[in-house]
Amino acid sequence: MRVLIPYLLRLALLVILIAFLVVPGWFDPLLKPLVRDNAPAIYNQGSLLTLTLLHLRTVAIATTGAILVAVTLAILVTRPFGAEFLPLSRSLVNIGQTFPPVAVLALAVPILGFGEKPTLVALFLYGLLPIFENTLTGLTTLPSSVMEAARGSGMTDRQRLFKVELPLAMPVILAGIRLSVVISLATATIGSTVAAKTLGEVIIAGLQSNNIAFVLQGGLIVGALAVLIYDGFSAIEHVLARRAGLPARA
Amino acid sequence: MIEIDGITKRYDGNTVVNNVSMMIEPRTVTVIVGTSGSGKTTLLRMINRLVEPTSGAIRLDGEDNRSMPGFELRRRIGYAIQGHGLFPHRTVAQNIATVPVLLGWDRARIDAKVAELLTLFQLDPAAFANRFPHELSGGQQQRVGVARALAAEPKVLLMDEPFGALDPIIRAKAQADLLAIQSLLGTTIVLVTHDMDEAFHLAHKIAVMDKGALVQYGKPAELVKDPATEFVQTLIGTSERPFRLLSIETAGDAVEPGPADGKPLAETISQRDALSELLWSGRAAVPVVAADGTVLGKVTLEGLTRRAAKPQ
Repeated sequence: MRVLIPYLLRLALLVILIAFLVVPGWFDPLLKPLVRDNAPAIYNQGSLLTLTLLHLRTVAIATTGAILVAVTLAILVTRPFGAEFLPLSRSLVNIGQTFPPVAVLALAVPILGFGEKPTLVALFLYGLLPIFENTLTGLTTLPSSVMEAARGSGMTDRQRLFKVELPLAMPVILAGIRLSVVISLATATIGSTVAAKTLGEVIIAGLQSNNIAFVLQGGLIVGALAVLIYDGFSAIEHVLARRAGLPARA
Repeated sequence: MIEIDGITKRYDGNTVVNNVSMMIEPRTVTVIVGTSGSGKTTLLRMINRLVEPTSGAIRLDGEDNRSMPGFELRRRIGYAIQGHGLFPHRTVAQNIATVPVLLGWDRARIDAKVAELLTLFQLDPAAFANRFPHELSGGQQQRVGVARALAAEPKVLLMDEPFGALDPIIRAKAQADLLAIQSLLGTTIVLVTHDMDEAFHLAHKIAVMDKGALVQYGKPAELVKDPATEFVQTLIGTSERPFRLLSIETAGDAVEPGPADGKPLAETISQRDALSELLWSGRAAVPVVAADGTVLGKVTLEGLTRRAAKPQ
């Protein structure tokens, strides 16, 4: 019974989240005490469900781009011919992480216009580092006897990469993707400052009209999404790591 | 047959293997011994081109090993290493099937081969085929490692300290299994070790490497009788000489006609072990039996003492 409690809590969170998105009216009495002067307690300038789906879509597109670029880059710089580009790629990816997303938005808007595009650029750059670093770690810490056996049994470079290196590094790569997704989920809210359709819209609307209920529900939805997606990735990593005969990571 | 012809390997001006030439007969076990840093592993890895030589050539059955891409060559040569190197994300069956899959064998042939090898290595296919390497004991992992190396029926098997990570009891069993499988399959084995007991137990011929050079290459008895350098002498160990001689041949080779009393010995154990048994049980002679239980004769303390003496 005890081992089931975490799963039940997550299931409950998921059910509450879906209920909130589909029939937000049910939660009106809960949020009502937070607003003054008969202001609306539930966001009324658009569908919360649609905003959530658009938010998830933005994160999914940006993360997919970051995965493709970061993993490819990490694979290239761990090959013998790409080794000399390792320091350069590291610096580039680090710049992507340290450059504030707000600044990226400000710089990207004049070029790309308002809307989703500058947000995608900011999230993409912000999400590269954890995926790149984890892929690098995964690919460079493989057991040497396994790599030796892979070469010794006559695998080509490509076969080694796809049959041995990537499958064994997968749990670590996934951990990087998980971090990147969670960061992007939170960061995507600022996209609404440049008119991207994300849950940030709810928060900004709340700030503008001094409506704490709006700010709270926008934040809580993002938080619930982050927790559920984080746990989902952790579970997949755990299964993969166990399958790979590696010690399970917490 | 493996012909190693004037092989040299240098790393940044450091000569690791220096002009080594040797002929390895087919269907024999050749053990390369030496201290660490003697170049023995590098020499072994040049046979399947995990390391490319600086100069010289290696021919397998007369064919230069550079006549095909390295990965194709390695699919034709078995390779087993210390710590087994099994793929942790693949089952035992998938591990063993590695090279056959790379060679594009059909499913039925691969399955049959996997089952055959598991049985040969005393692992029940039904119980072990679908397990993952981390679910096996050290000895089982090592056996799967050797089975994987033998899966594509290579004529040559290279082994780099394959038993180094095993405890002494499992190691002795693994060595006995290897000899049995070698005589069954007729594989040419080249094995690298720093364990002289292992070398004398397994080898038809021993190659001694010192500082990159091949200092002596010959039958085990020749090394004991006539060490080429002081290094070979030290490696064999002066006080070990008579026991080294006895550990080369089996009790079956020392059988004399006539009866003897007491618990019999198997003909396959080494003469060294037979002597040990005679000394321990305080007997002067002990009967020797074949695997089917027929008495072949006896080994005597006197006979073994004669065999352990310096060859004339």
